[in-house]
Amino acid sequence: MGYGNLVVSSSPHIRSEETVQRIMIDVIIALLPATAASVYFFGMRALAITLTGIIAAVAAEAAIQKIRNKPVTINDGSAVITGLLLALTLSPAMPLWMVAVGAVVAIGIGKQVYGGLGSNPFNPALVGRAFLVVTFPVHMTTWVSPVDGVTSATPLGLLKMEGIKTGYMELFIGNVGGSLGETSALLLILGGLYLLYRGIIDWRIPAFYLGTVAVMTMVLGGDPIFHLFSGGLMLGAFFMATDMVTTPVTKMGKIIFGVGAGILVVIIRLYGGYPEGVLFSILLMNTFTPIIEKYTRPKIYGEVKR
Amino acid sequence: MPMNLLTFKGGVHPPQNKHRTEGMPLNKAKVPGLIVIPLQQHIGAPCEPIVNVGEEVKLGQKIGEPKGFVSAPVHSSVSGKVAAIEKRVHPGGGMVMSVVIESDGLDTIDESIKPQGKLEDLTADQIKNIMRQAGLVGMGGATFPAQVKFSPPPDKKIDTIILNGAECEPYLTSDHRLMVEKSEDVVNGIKAMMKAVNVDKGYIAIEENKPDAIKAVTQAAKGEENIKVVTLRAKYPQGAEKQLIKACTGREVPSGGLPMDSGVIVNNVGTAAALACAIETGMPLVERIVTITGSGIKEPQNLLVRIGTPFADVIEQCGGLEENIGKIIQGGPMMGIAQYTIEVPVIKGTSGILILKEEDLGLTPELPCIKCGKCVDACPIGLMPTKLDGFASKGMRREAEEYNAVDCIECGSCSFVCPAKRPLVERIRLIKADILAERRKAKQA
Repeated sequence: MGYGNLVVSSSPHIRSEETVQRIMIDVIIALLPATAASVYFFGMRALAITLTGIIAAVAAEAAIQKIRNKPVTINDGSAVITGLLLALTLSPAMPLWMVAVGAVVAIGIGKQVYGGLGSNPFNPALVGRAFLVVTFPVHMTTWVSPVDGVTSATPLGLLKMEGIKTGYMELFIGNVGGSLGETSALLLILGGLYLLYRGIIDWRIPAFYLGTVAVMTMVLGGDPIFHLFSGGLMLGAFFMATDMVTTPVTKMGKIIFGVGAGILVVIIRLYGGYPEGVLFSILLMNTFTPIIEKYTRPKIYGEVKR
Repeated sequence: MPMNLLTFKGGVHPPQNKHRTEGMPLNKAKVPGLIVIPLQQHIGAPCEPIVNVGEEVKLGQKIGEPKGFVSAPVHSSVSGKVAAIEKRVHPGGGMVMSVVIESDGLDTIDESIKPQGKLEDLTADQIKNIMRQAGLVGMGGATFPAQVKFSPPPDKKIDTIILNGAECEPYLTSDHRLMVEKSEDVVNGIKAMMKAVNVDKGYIAIEENKPDAIKAVTQAAKGEENIKVVTLRAKYPQGAEKQLIKACTGREVPSGGLPMDSGVIVNNVGTAAALACAIETGMPLVERIVTITGSGIKEPQNLLVRIGTPFADVIEQCGGLEENIGKIIQGGPMMGIAQYTIEVPVIKGTSGILILKEEDLGLTPELPCIKCGKCVDACPIGLMPTKLDGFASKGMRREAEEYNAVDCIECGSCSFVCPAKRPLVERIRLIKADILAERRKAKQA
């Protein structure tokens, strides 16, 4: 016989090799250069924060899924990314227990309450960061210089509070005060290019996000190059505004999302109370994702006007 | 790569896997002792048997009479004796009334089979009648009765015939070999089709990955000013009717409409060759080319198989099955139909028998949608499979309708690319059927 165990299922009978896990691994690979740079600039402290973020996020995911009697899906790698991304937005001076609290909130309130991977409306890492910003405002705005380890302000803070502008080259390489992963624009762009090459992210969101920031700061009399390379903009543009789950799936929707987030960043940076606006620009645009998708449906083949 | 390749928006690039059979010349398959001819091998009404058990039949003799306009007769593919008329498993699913014939091995040709004359002397109506009498159906797999396509209502003006030689399904090479080895038949077939509806624009569209077929058909069409051989980009589903029309003519079939609404009739190259053969010899559709391939078959081949030959006989001629067979599929891997037995016969729409080993199936559990949007980019119609998946899972019929679920051509590109391995097209197919059923009910009420 030889055909006793034939599988009978609906077409297609072949699938592409791409998997959710592979996508997550690619994102982690893309974040590695910037993570390594943070350890180079800020030392072992940066490594401790990164590991704390990852371990707390993964543990929180596993614990919540266990409690809810759901399959534990930490192998998909998404919790690792959340923990890592959150850590990269934190100050190297952050106490480790606060890092852990942030990661638990990111996974718990940012992701699992909505039903887990794929169901969350907001980027979980940014939810965690937003929680930390309002809960521990002092620790979230205490920065250290990678050069001498002394407390210092970020380039955006220096500009806003004291009118001092950091040099382009320092911004680009990352030898400036700031959170772990925000500092080196160069390595973040490198990671972003890898994701573009692998087809994990679409060029539209980062291009329109960064482009809007550049054009708008120029129009408003700011320094576009300074604004592009300072703060969390590169990290946000390549790794958070491109989060698949919380951003539009349509091409036009991605453009609108990028432009909207860009406008919000510039408004917050130039006119708002916070020196940095990337966090809230993305979270706010996340809320618009469903409605953007609704109004940017692709044109249907042979569409008939009704 | 030339820049002017014709194509469409969206689509996917599954591994082609055609290398095992694309260079293999056609072989005639052995005629089995027992032939099973289903009385329905087409979309539309089934045939009524016109022979009785015990009766002698000859090769090419009509044994099933169509019972409606949308239908096609079936013929005996051997000479011999009718052993049974009973329900048998059908490769399209379910049990279908079939005529079982015991072959006498003589292939005595029926007296009615005679050349139909030169194309120049035939009228449009005569050509359409030959299509009907020969039982021609769409041989790409859709099996729509050919002459119905060629009888549009008078208000639909047809100006273009397209022959589909894209063969975009991975693994399959039956159309490829046909175009290489029977290019004259293909060209004669399209000429007859153009005459049947009096049009002067004909396209033979072939994917770029078949350069020898393009060459052969171009050669055969030399001097035919009205017939253009066009090269398509190799991309799935390039051979889908709507995508093909868009690529060749730039026109779009209106949503909910048929190709004739855009002035086009599309046919498979195999259908054209069968028409040419029916005109030249008078022999109806009693055999077809089948690609038998896949990791699960010992000796893949392109065989000329008599209609009604059980899969089991064909497989045996290809050296038999390997170990650990996972799936046996009629057609290609993207839109073919999985079989649960190899008792099913080859029918007019069987372009291939694909046998996959268990490890090729990629059966992994479904994960939550991460909204990567790959399905949206892949959909050749411009649908949002991720949304439709959500609506379909929750039974939200109205929302699915609003998001154009009924426009889905069920090509499976969305399921193919999905990294979460969700059965997208399967769910869309179900909600689409639901919506259409409700519309029919509303119409009746």
